[in-house]
Amino acid sequence: MALPPPNDPPPPSALIFFDGLRKSATSVFSLVLVGTYVGIGALGHDYGFSLPWVMLSTVLVWAGPGQVILITALGAGAAAIEVALAVGLSSVRLLPMVVALLPLIKGRTTRDRELLLPVHFTAATMWVESLRLLPGMPRERRIAFCNGLAVGFMVFAHVGTVVGFYLAASLPLLLTAGLLFLTPISFLVSTARNARFLVDRLALGLGLAVGPALAWAQIGLDLLWTGIIAGTAAYALDRLREALR
Amino acid sequence: MSAMSELLPYLVLVLVGFLPTEVWRMLGIVVARGIDEESELLIWVRAVAVAVLAGVIAKLVMVPPDALAAVPLAVRLTAIACGFAAFLLVRRSVFVGVAIGETVLVVGATLVGR
Repeated sequence: MALPPPNDPPPPSALIFFDGLRKSATSVFSLVLVGTYVGIGALGHDYGFSLPWVMLSTVLVWAGPGQVILITALGAGAAAIEVALAVGLSSVRLLPMVVALLPLIKGRTTRDRELLLPVHFTAATMWVESLRLLPGMPRERRIAFCNGLAVGFMVFAHVGTVVGFYLAASLPLLLTAGLLFLTPISFLVSTARNARFLVDRLALGLGLAVGPALAWAQIGLDLLWTGIIAGTAAYALDRLREALR
Repeated sequence: MSAMSELLPYLVLVLVGFLPTEVWRMLGIVVARGIDEESELLIWVRAVAVAVLAGVIAKLVMVPPDALAAVPLAVRLTAIACGFAAFLLVRRSVFVGVAIGETVLVVGATLVGR
């Protein structure tokens, strides 16, 4: 196939959005999301939430671990402020993800309001796939692509939610356990696949070690500190190796 | 009054679910100003993001939610180690890693539970 001439006008953003949608369908994450949200749908049903509420929580929160906390804590009758804190703490990870993603999708003329959607859509699945797919793509296409990718992922999540909600009563405990296990195992292998540079591999390995240590020591804001300590150590080690070369 | 009580769960969702999550994302827009794709700072931020994600993974395995907690810790750790090993051995395939990890978890929990 011949390459288009370089001065071709870029394709309309609807087409690029559609391309993102299509990519979501062939990503292993769509399977992972269906499974994960079957678990979340069942959880929502068991804790007495309505299906529209659970689906709206997916649209508004769009962070699996946060939604699990939200449903179980609210359903168990925890105080609103406590739930808000627990959800907020689990979502700290979204801050560095957004900061690492934005320089990839922002152009010189990009306005902040164009960033609101891709930023709202930022979650582990979309982030991991965007960091993998964006570098080979012209910059002006990246925002529409990210939006398409994330909307596609969200559709798969909704399919899982509906299935899980209606099957909740008949899901064996072991299957629910397996569905909840999808998040850690898929986050681990996909982050490892994306870690092409030593600094990212170090950050992954150190984070896996530092995280439980801080949680065990019952340090407040343990996820935030895990990121800062393990991330900085990984960065420093990588720079040290560069300097010694 | 009844319209009020029907809307209340949604208000709660926005206040304790949406806002505490979204605030981090919006803060990200502010922090990201002035960082470009080539900058050294971005490498550090990415390392922090990966490390936080690693922390989330570790926590979900060590202190898991309800149903997963019923599976013994040793089985959970074996499953995640096997899944990762399979990923490394089979063309760095995410699908293979997830499939093997899940299989080991389910089989392991069944064997231990008997």
